[in-house]
Amino acid sequence: MGSSKDNKIKNVNFFSRPRDASTSQAFQMGDTMTKLSFFIFGLGNIVNRQIVRGIIFLLIEIAYLIYMVAFGIRAIGNFMTLGTVEQGQVYNEALGIYEYTAGDNSMLFLLYGVITLMLTVGIVCVACLSGKSAFCTQFRKEKGMDVPSFWDDLRSLKEENLHAMLLTLPVTGIICFTIVPLVFMIMMAFTSYDHEHQPPGNLFDWVGIANFKAIFASGSKLAGTFWPILTWTLIWAVFATFTNYVLGLLLALLINRKGTRAKGFWRFMFVMSIAVPQFVTLLSMKTIFNANGPVNVILRALGFIGATESIPFFTDSLYAKITIICINIWIGVPYTMLSTTGILQNIPADIYEAAEIDGANPLTIFRKITMPYMNFVMTPNLITAFVGNINNFNVIFLLSGGGPDSMDYYYAGKTDLLITWLYKLTITQKDYNLGAVIGILVFIIMATLSLLTYRHTGSYKDEGAFQ
Amino acid sequence: MKSRKASMDNLCHAVLAVLSIFWVLPIFYVILTSFREESGSYKSYIWPRGFTLDNYKNLMTGNSNIDFTRWFLNTLIIAIFSTVLSAFFVLCVAYVMSRLRFKMRKPLMNVALILGMFPGFMSMIAVYYILKGLGFLETGLLKQVALVMVYSGGAGLTFYMAKGFFDTIPKAIDEAAYIDGASKWDTFIHVTVPLSKPIITYTLINSFMAPWVDYIFAKVIMGNDIKYYTIAIGLWTLLEKEYIELYYTQFYAGCVLISIPISILFVLTQKCYVEGVSGAVKG
Repeated sequence: MGSSKDNKIKNVNFFSRPRDASTSQAFQMGDTMTKLSFFIFGLGNIVNRQIVRGIIFLLIEIAYLIYMVAFGIRAIGNFMTLGTVEQGQVYNEALGIYEYTAGDNSMLFLLYGVITLMLTVGIVCVACLSGKSAFCTQFRKEKGMDVPSFWDDLRSLKEENLHAMLLTLPVTGIICFTIVPLVFMIMMAFTSYDHEHQPPGNLFDWVGIANFKAIFASGSKLAGTFWPILTWTLIWAVFATFTNYVLGLLLALLINRKGTRAKGFWRFMFVMSIAVPQFVTLLSMKTIFNANGPVNVILRALGFIGATESIPFFTDSLYAKITIICINIWIGVPYTMLSTTGILQNIPADIYEAAEIDGANPLTIFRKITMPYMNFVMTPNLITAFVGNINNFNVIFLLSGGGPDSMDYYYAGKTDLLITWLYKLTITQKDYNLGAVIGILVFIIMATLSLLTYRHTGSYKDEGAFQ
Repeated sequence: MKSRKASMDNLCHAVLAVLSIFWVLPIFYVILTSFREESGSYKSYIWPRGFTLDNYKNLMTGNSNIDFTRWFLNTLIIAIFSTVLSAFFVLCVAYVMSRLRFKMRKPLMNVALILGMFPGFMSMIAVYYILKGLGFLETGLLKQVALVMVYSGGAGLTFYMAKGFFDTIPKAIDEAAYIDGASKWDTFIHVTVPLSKPIITYTLINSFMAPWVDYIFAKVIMGNDIKYYTIAIGLWTLLEKEYIELYYTQFYAGCVLISIPISILFVLTQKCYVEGVSGAVKG
């Protein structure tokens, strides 16, 4: 093929250093040894006397193969079936009791399957690395350059490969504690791992998208829970975000007006509530608004309600929603006040003076100058806050615990957000598959919102602006 | 005209006064109740009949179950270890993403962004089972190690703030170091890190505070091992039905005690935050 030769030449010109070659380029342009290095790791390096580097590659491959033979292949097989032998009971006549015989544990099979799959993905990456490394050495030899020794390799970790050295540990942490668990959970969404299928007593199996269908099936109890909770989640996020923004901004304006004296003192009064850790605030608020808590006591003393009555702050669904939003205002407004104060002070004073000379009244000034400026600066923050509120676990969980519980819902209360419902489904109800489905749906909502907005922010488009 | 302006000012001050009462009252109530002499939970009055320091004393001396001092030390130890680990992770990732250019840089940053969109504790159950599978949930001490790993394991994902800071350090400073023969590693350690004190402090304090205020992960991992609880789950336990009558006032004493160090740290973070956002080298 003539064209492939042209390609080769073009490719050679395309990268200035061999390490920039892509995997496929390395494979196409490599000699036999390089090509073989994709399958026998480190071969190209060993042949070209980079013994240590080659042996490290080879050892990784051998370790993987040993793992696969001893454990991995079986793990993949089990991962496909998720176990076939159910735990059984055998009557032990000598002791006169039933004894359990060990069955398959679907949960462990799923976990080992995920780990084996991740290791396989890892080994494919190492294969590419090995091939590329062999190609680099081949390239350097052809050009008559020195072949770097292992010592040079180590030294390169402080120079052009510094990123590899610095990233290794953090990325390992992220893989172990974020990626593997996430993949594991996502897999669960496609199984029947609910409270009726709990290993080790029972097996669970792959069910495809049945769980997603169950959530969206019209008329079912699950759908009857999902939609109201989603609606409340969105209502909550909108109210929580905008009340905080608007009221915080108003408070900041009030404190920053020219006529207000002792600005620092007022700020201090409000900022004090931020300094208290949030869970302390929330737990105290929970007791303060209790049926017999101080708020009801004060209302009784003032005669607004009877001596034995109490306002059902957390036990009536509508009251609970309003209470939660109000408490969230209490928590959030000082934050907004702090962050908007700085921005307000940055608005050029001459604009205001010009407006005053033109005879604009304070309301017009606010509408035509302050608001547009603030909206422009604060929009990214608002989006972050909105997304954060959709996932605001602490406020709901520590205040109302999602209550009041509802019989119409599937193990959820009237103030539950998707995220607290997810918590209840997994921790208390042990319907891991449904929990995983909710998690995936939350992810889809968040991803859509973020993609729509995040890409428009300046910091993403133009990150080098200050360099 | 002048009198109208004065009355407007007075109105504003009045509104501010009313509002700040609303904001201060709950805090005041917490402090007040922490000194209340009468035990038991809810009372039909606000102002305590008597004042005492016993709530604090009992909390500190502790008994078999409710051992505030121990919880405090548990949290402190976990916080110190996870701070060191996660600050190290964050700074490494942030520096790499800000300063070094390599092929996988953009893809990795996008992956971090996507991972951040999954609800944080969706992975919690899986983490729980992985830790259980590895035998980390056998004893209380191992659970603490597990908690440190959980807090710091994913820390590398939260590099955006620190990256933004590193982005503001002029490239020219790095280049000057290269010309003088420094390797990239030397530049990182001897040039960038010394210039980054505000963001390092910010990262340190931020990761230090996480274990003090986290409830969910600690609860899931610690289970019923009340001896090894951290402060947050410990205090939450005090409000549970079987404890609330006995420990209601002590709960508030605990809240006050824990709020003091955290508010000091918070004020410090704010200072570093402002410096961190405003950039490294002032023109």
